[in-house]
Amino acid sequence: MISRDLDVLIGPIVECEAGYTVEQLGQLCAADAAIILELAEEGILPASPGAAREWRFSGEALRRARVALRLQRDLELNLAGVALALDLLDEIAALRRRLGIDP
Amino acid sequence: MEFKDYYKIMGVARDATEAGIKQAYRKLARKYHPDVSKEKDAEARFKELGEAYEVLRNPEKRAAYDQLGTGHRAGEPFRPPPDWGAGFEFSGAGAGGYSDFFEALFGQAARGAGGRARRGFAGGRGEDHHAKVLLDLEATLGGGTRAIGLRVPEVDADGRLQVAERTLNVQIPKGILPGQTIRLAGQGTRVHGGEAGDLYVEVEFSPHRLYRVEGRDLLIALPVAPWEAALGATVQTPTPGGKVDLKIPAGSHAGTKLRLKGRGIPASPPGDLYVELTIALPPATNDAARAAYRALETAAPFDPRANLGS
Repeated sequence: MISRDLDVLIGPIVECEAGYTVEQLGQLCAADAAIILELAEEGILPASPGAAREWRFSGEALRRARVALRLQRDLELNLAGVALALDLLDEIAALRRRLGIDP
Repeated sequence: MEFKDYYKIMGVARDATEAGIKQAYRKLARKYHPDVSKEKDAEARFKELGEAYEVLRNPEKRAAYDQLGTGHRAGEPFRPPPDWGAGFEFSGAGAGGYSDFFEALFGQAARGAGGRARRGFAGGRGEDHHAKVLLDLEATLGGGTRAIGLRVPEVDADGRLQVAERTLNVQIPKGILPGQTIRLAGQGTRVHGGEAGDLYVEVEFSPHRLYRVEGRDLLIALPVAPWEAALGATVQTPTPGGKVDLKIPAGSHAGTKLRLKGRGIPASPPGDLYVELTIALPPATNDAARAAYRALETAAPFDPRANLGS
């Protein structure tokens, strides 16, 4: 049901955009830029090459950052533990796809 | 409103120590964390667990809860708050959906553990808001505009928390996936002489009559007759884009999954549609059908329970 007296708002899908800076990624994850920087330095977030100040992140990096922060908070993992968990989750997903079990 | 047994949820005794509670939480959190778990109801279980831990880890909350648990029956002394649920808008992050029971017991102030509200400063940028909405699956399959009702908590002049209703017409981007977020520029907190914050709307889909959503893929259960599965057949199946002919290979069985590439959610790249076969049995309601079943029993003897062992 659409309200006739209101304008239609249009906005982008955050996860499909690219070129996020460290600060923007922090804002989207409600985390400090310093924490995002730590995740990137640990190799958890794929970043464009170059110096940390010029790093740009994709929507996939945003997804990974959110998962990483949730794992860190909920399971009290350290950065290395988070990185390991994410790598293993990726590997499990790839194996499941190859086996054709559960999409 | 339902009384929640936090001790039962965490699987600990009422006299469990703080260490015991922490240990139980860690173990269950690893099992049910929605980012890790493949359990079906992981998200709901994890939410419940987080709520239970939030209460039992904190001596004051635990004491308040214990008093309640021994003295009263389900919900009696509470005044249930107005229908909370999906469509709740909040600022700052970390406000996880606690149950009505929790809200009633500890109030809104207890919300947002770990959340950090971003205050807009004079002349600066207004706060960003976050909201979760439940949409019909058709919204992403075809795109289109939906009216989204949001509840915005606001503190009134007396410092009391009020909930304001707000409706927005939002164009849903075709192919948006569950868990993805639409950014609506300037729909957050407005500040005098500064730039308004943004509203982030996270999208989830309500259960669909035909399709189950798995990320970008869709899954449909398609009933076939025993002979269609055994001998192979071409049957029609619904897809989001309309009915298509689907070839069922001979020797299929219940649970066989057939993939229709690119016929899932039209994201980029598009998801697939998985057709999972179920076998529907024709009823034996007349002599001919009963005779046919008997004939099959003789012609193709088999033990459906052969794998169960003796």
